[in-house]
Amino acid sequence: MSPITRGFRRREPAGDDSRLPPGQHLVAGFPVLSAGPTPHTPLEDWTFTLDGEIDEARRWSWAELRELPAEPVHCDIHCVTSWSKLDTEWEGVSLDTMLEGIETEAAYVTAWCDGGYTTNLPIEDVTDGRAWLAFGYDGRPLEPEHGGPVRLLVPHLYLWKSAKWVRGITLRPDDEPGFWESLGYHQRGDPWQEQRYWGD
Amino acid sequence: MRPETPRARTLVLDVREWRGHRAGQHVDVRLTAEDGYRAQRSYSIASPPLASTLELTVERLDDGEVSPWLVDEARPGDEFELRGPIGGYFVWEVPRGGPLLLVAGGSGLVPLMAIERLRREAAPDVEATLLVSARGPGDLIYAAELEGSAVVAYTRERPAGWTGYDRRVDRAMLEEVAPPPERRPRCFVCGPTSFVEVVAEALVALGHHRALIKTERFGATGG
Repeated sequence: MSPITRGFRRREPAGDDSRLPPGQHLVAGFPVLSAGPTPHTPLEDWTFTLDGEIDEARRWSWAELRELPAEPVHCDIHCVTSWSKLDTEWEGVSLDTMLEGIETEAAYVTAWCDGGYTTNLPIEDVTDGRAWLAFGYDGRPLEPEHGGPVRLLVPHLYLWKSAKWVRGITLRPDDEPGFWESLGYHQRGDPWQEQRYWGD
Repeated sequence: MRPETPRARTLVLDVREWRGHRAGQHVDVRLTAEDGYRAQRSYSIASPPLASTLELTVERLDDGEVSPWLVDEARPGDEFELRGPIGGYFVWEVPRGGPLLLVAGGSGLVPLMAIERLRREAAPDVEATLLVSARGPGDLIYAAELEGSAVVAYTRERPAGWTGYDRRVDRAMLEEVAPPPERRPRCFVCGPTSFVEVVAEALVALGHHRALIKTERFGATGG
């Protein structure tokens, strides 16, 4: 049981918060959280690589990525720092498209990024229409501070899993903790189960 | 409770079974209303690891839910839930050494103050440069403690006769104030997003190593 905090009241009258996971609150803006300087990789140097547990690594240039079928993604996003933003509009290529025709025994993936950031996910969380390589936000190219040119988008998990400035995905047989996952944050990060930190 | 500015105050907390923290970490504060409604936000720890009490410095966000209670309502004896310490990246410990470059925008000073306080107590030989940006004298937290030990830049209002910086932190200012990149200072930058973006990019442009620049962005989280 949580102790009652004397004099504390809910600020907004209770509305429909059925889309808000436990412990989250709504924001209108789009806060930025990242651990270091924002990288700026020119599009002509940008590539996306799939490697690890596959016969042959695959690589796409920016132009090749943009030739793949893109789709709009309408979703709510949830940050572990407790803000949520509803009804965001993205554009990107489904990871199913990137993984098409690949046979792999991998059970996990590690996404890796410009700036050295990594995050780990079970492969089920990035397949079957649950993850995208996103390059558009709100009808415009994704801004660098929000992860542009391309970020991973895995909206059903806390937003640190939606790695900004993603440059590749390594398929792995085992689960290898990524950047925040090595620093006390949960390995999976499901907001509906409030998997924020180790031990949740 | 210690008022810091008209909009910010420091809360001194007696935490049962606190297992200690590292300088730069934060906690999640959770408040529970009588009807069971709960709200949770993150706040940086201001006190250094060796202190006997845990201190948070909180700035009121006018449209916030938790910070107005912490800044205006809370009084000695009140209880609320705390979880932490959280965050293992934006931290400094004595063995990591220096030199240190700490660049703060507004209440982004709080975690940097924990680092500076630890350095002063436990490693005074480690060189540190503390650069603080504030809108005006009325917005500068820890003003007395910073006197003589920090470089302050006022962006909007200045005290009478002010001869220091009177603009936002920029590349030229960082070049004048910071240890040169060859000395590989460990850089900690904390403040609002736009501030952190400008400072981190300027440090990179000056030749500071990306891997030595740690950032934490504040505000806009609806606190």
